[in-house]
Amino acid sequence: MAEIMVEKAVKRFGKFVAVDEVNLTVNDREFVVLLGPSGCGKTTLLRAIAGLGMLDEGRVMIGNRDVTYLSPKDRNISMVFQNYAIFPHMKVYDNIAFGLKMRKTAKEVVEERVQNAAKLLHIENMLDRYPGAMSGGQRQRVAVARAIAVESEVLLMDEPLSNLDALLRLEMRAELKSLLARLKATTIYVTHDQIEALSMGDRIAVMKQGQILQFDNPTRVYDIPANQFVGSFIGNPPMNFLRGQVQRENGAIKVNIGDFHLSPPAEMNEPLRAYESKSIFVGIRAENMETLASPAPDALAVTVEVVEPLGSQNLLTIRIGEDILKVSTHPDFKVHAHETVYIRFPPAKIRWMDRDTGQAIAPSLDKVLA
Amino acid sequence: MTTLETPMNSTTTRPSMEATAADRKRAKRRHSIRRGSIYVLACIIALWILLPIWLIGTMAFSTPEDVRDYPKQFAPIPASTETMDFFLNTDGIQRAARNSIVVAIITLILSTLLAIPAGYAIARYLFPGRDAIRLGILSVRAFPIVVLAVPLAITFIKWDMYDKVYSLALMHTALTLPTTILVVASVFAGVPYELEEAARIFGCTPAKAFWKVVLPLAMPGIAAAAILTFVLSWNEVFAAILLTLTNRTLPAQILYTLDKSGDPFKFAGGFFMLIPSLIFIFFIRRYLFNMYGQLNK
Repeated sequence: MAEIMVEKAVKRFGKFVAVDEVNLTVNDREFVVLLGPSGCGKTTLLRAIAGLGMLDEGRVMIGNRDVTYLSPKDRNISMVFQNYAIFPHMKVYDNIAFGLKMRKTAKEVVEERVQNAAKLLHIENMLDRYPGAMSGGQRQRVAVARAIAVESEVLLMDEPLSNLDALLRLEMRAELKSLLARLKATTIYVTHDQIEALSMGDRIAVMKQGQILQFDNPTRVYDIPANQFVGSFIGNPPMNFLRGQVQRENGAIKVNIGDFHLSPPAEMNEPLRAYESKSIFVGIRAENMETLASPAPDALAVTVEVVEPLGSQNLLTIRIGEDILKVSTHPDFKVHAHETVYIRFPPAKIRWMDRDTGQAIAPSLDKVLA
Repeated sequence: MTTLETPMNSTTTRPSMEATAADRKRAKRRHSIRRGSIYVLACIIALWILLPIWLIGTMAFSTPEDVRDYPKQFAPIPASTETMDFFLNTDGIQRAARNSIVVAIITLILSTLLAIPAGYAIARYLFPGRDAIRLGILSVRAFPIVVLAVPLAITFIKWDMYDKVYSLALMHTALTLPTTILVVASVFAGVPYELEEAARIFGCTPAKAFWKVVLPLAMPGIAAAAILTFVLSWNEVFAAILLTLTNRTLPAQILYTLDKSGDPFKFAGGFFMLIPSLIFIFFIRRYLFNMYGQLNK
């Protein structure tokens, strides 16, 4: 059992607050991704869990044990570093065996675990080599093998794929996912790559300026972002945000984009009432709109500015007032720049956001921050 | 080559085929001139240093008659150890050489042992007064030992340390320590901190991480610093003259007898003094670049 619990963690560097009262609970054997732009505190948080940087406030618990003031070696963790950090003066075998030898494991067990780890990462024929004679991808494999060989309950990974080239990263991503699924470790994985986060994590904690904005499974983080930042940080293209005016018409709440009326679903009536005659953001993902070639009563007529054929989709750029809207369409949908198309907004797919705070407007908070 | 071509093509607005070919030729020529002049310069510098060494080396292995001869021959054929024999068998030289070696070895050991923790602290830790300590270490070098000569001699006599091999070694340690510390610190700074963190994650205490990871990786550099210390001590003459009388080290002994001896003795002595430096250079080249194939980054 290795549940990881971070409580009210604060870490400052001088006046800069890198981690700002973060609470995080990672369940036993769960794979959690810390995602955020550079400087958001995700690596600092990971290092605090690893014991490589002491927290200024708060506690870290691993498996119901308070490890806040323990040194890394006493936390029963292992880690993969961004720059691999494999020991250049040791052969691959000794690198992988390092953690086991430090823990005074019996020789036969060391041999067996090193062979197993090497096999899992397909480097069993390189055990006699020095890391200096290996490529970046191979060194990364050594680093992962070293981390899994100790079979600790907690595995921490700090942007392990960011130093690999794009193709290798894609390959390693899938391999790593299947590998980690077989291990029984509780894993925290830091990345700034939203695709990596979506594809690998059981849950994603999106961070910004030292705080966790949303902590949820990938589908929900993608489909129902808790605020504007999460919506625009995750997804390619990012979520669209259009300005809309909230109005009451015959008792029903409407959101107007120019002359076009959107009817929010019934459960949104209540929360949106507070925004009556105010402007809000209408958030919708590029693939969630329907594009029609001919007019329809519930579709907005727009002029296409740019058409980008991307193979699996055609990405349309459309200007609505001052806002830019990206719409993805089926590649068979033939349209050229400056032509008019009609867009339908399925109300269920829309995220309504407060324009000032960027927070999602929702019937109840627990629906967003489950 | 490509870096030279790119800006040129952009300046010719519409390059016809001939123009580009001519440009390329000119660029190539400019490139080879630049390379050539670097080589010429390197050769001049190398000759500047190597010619005296060559002169001393050839003279040391010529017969004493050839040494006195003029013009000097380019190479000593046949080579003769007569001059070297004469030098090594001069009264007091072997004893002085032995003293020099003992002093240099003690200095090497003390200086390196002290420099390792000091250099590591300077390279890794931001402790209060770090910059002051760094400056303090350097200022030892900046302080001319001549000023200290009389007080030093008096103190050593008072403490009954005068004219002892070990006391000269202590003096040399004090003199070489700043250089050794700074070299060792830069060696430690070159070992990525992440490796140390990795070692700690995988079960090391900070001390063990140093012993298992940092020290082995820094070893080539520390070895280089140690040999440098040896050479510094071997060559040091002022403190040696100041603090010893009967237990002279080699440079002190040679200097002492210099004006009384002929050219063959000087050349042989010069060559003998050169040997550690030469070994140092050859050793360091191989050791620094070839330890573990390509060392980190």
